[in-house]
Amino acid sequence: MSHYEPQVIDRDAQEDREIGERAARASLRAQIARLERERSAIVAERFPHIPAPVAMPGHLAGAPTLLDLGELERVRDRLAADAQELHARVAERVEHERRAREQLRRMELEPGRYRFVRLPVKDLGQGGCGVWEVRPRLGLIGMLAGWWQLTLSSGCPLARGSRSTRDPGSPR
Amino acid sequence: MSDGGESALGWRAREVEEELPGLQLLVGEVQYTRRQSLTGGSPPEIRQRLRELSNRFRGARAVAIRREPVPAAYRVFFRHIGLEPDVVRTPIEAAVLERMLRGGFLTRGLLEDVLLIALVDTGVPVWALDAESVEGQLGIRSSREGERLGRCEQASALPGGRLVVADASAALAILFGELAPAHRPSARTRRLVLFAVQVAGVPTLYAEEALWTCRAALEQA
Repeated sequence: MSHYEPQVIDRDAQEDREIGERAARASLRAQIARLERERSAIVAERFPHIPAPVAMPGHLAGAPTLLDLGELERVRDRLAADAQELHARVAERVEHERRAREQLRRMELEPGRYRFVRLPVKDLGQGGCGVWEVRPRLGLIGMLAGWWQLTLSSGCPLARGSRSTRDPGSPR
Repeated sequence: MSDGGESALGWRAREVEEELPGLQLLVGEVQYTRRQSLTGGSPPEIRQRLRELSNRFRGARAVAIRREPVPAAYRVFFRHIGLEPDVVRTPIEAAVLERMLRGGFLTRGLLEDVLLIALVDTGVPVWALDAESVEGQLGIRSSREGERLGRCEQASALPGGRLVVADASAALAILFGELAPAHRPSARTRRLVLFAVQVAGVPTLYAEEALWTCRAALEQA
């Protein structure tokens, strides 16, 4: 074996290592892309019930650089942890909504058992400010007679408040 | 440098090309032909366009935008280069957030408005430099330790390894960040170099469209 053969082997080994590391970095970037898309999908679909994970106080914004293997791994791990946390929150939220739907069904079937119980539509995973409520039909008469019904409030309050009932001509 | 209204691909340093093969710089030169100052108020048609775009973006879309293919590609790319997109917003998300906070895309001068229109229309960010201050073709590389941002003596020094947009001799902008102050277009600028940053997942057509939108608005007589 000639004296320069080990050097050739070393160079080949180094090249192999570089190629391997580059492939590992490409694989990590693919994982980061998948996790970021997964995370964005959850946030977009479940907004506003599940907000985007907030960057920790003091978390560095970062600077545009070519990340090495270790840095890419840290990004991937953080995103994986975020995604896991989001999935847990989604599961919790789905269960919450399921319980709310069951409650609504019970309120509908037996309103007398749920007098004045209120259930915001937000708990059902819907948008808006509506609230389902069991109220007496015909006010006091219904309350005395035991006539209860499930009603849905009209929605969000107006930006300018309710319309004035005062006669426009009346003194202020 | 591209000439005659065509856009050209900027160069990339070898390590950038190897690590981020989807990253491209599209560069175009524009002769500014309008009468009003580049940094002055926008003409009525530009303001009208901003109003139209404001109406296109409402709360629901602002939240869902991170799922749209082009904005999502920039979010992913930010992660790939170590930027946290929930802290440093991608250009399109930053613009949409401003729209939500201020109730519309507000005018900030002709050039800023034109770049904003291109961004909101296509999702691809475009920046402008004074062509007189650019030497040779633009490209993307990593900064050298202590290198200045721009050719000005007072320019701030950069740490090594920062991804920058550079010409033949100096770094002129941090990628997705600050432009070198001495190379920004001024009220007297008549020739501009525009550059759009295209990342993996963004069709070239979108980046070309972004440059074309700027060129069409700035070259209008």
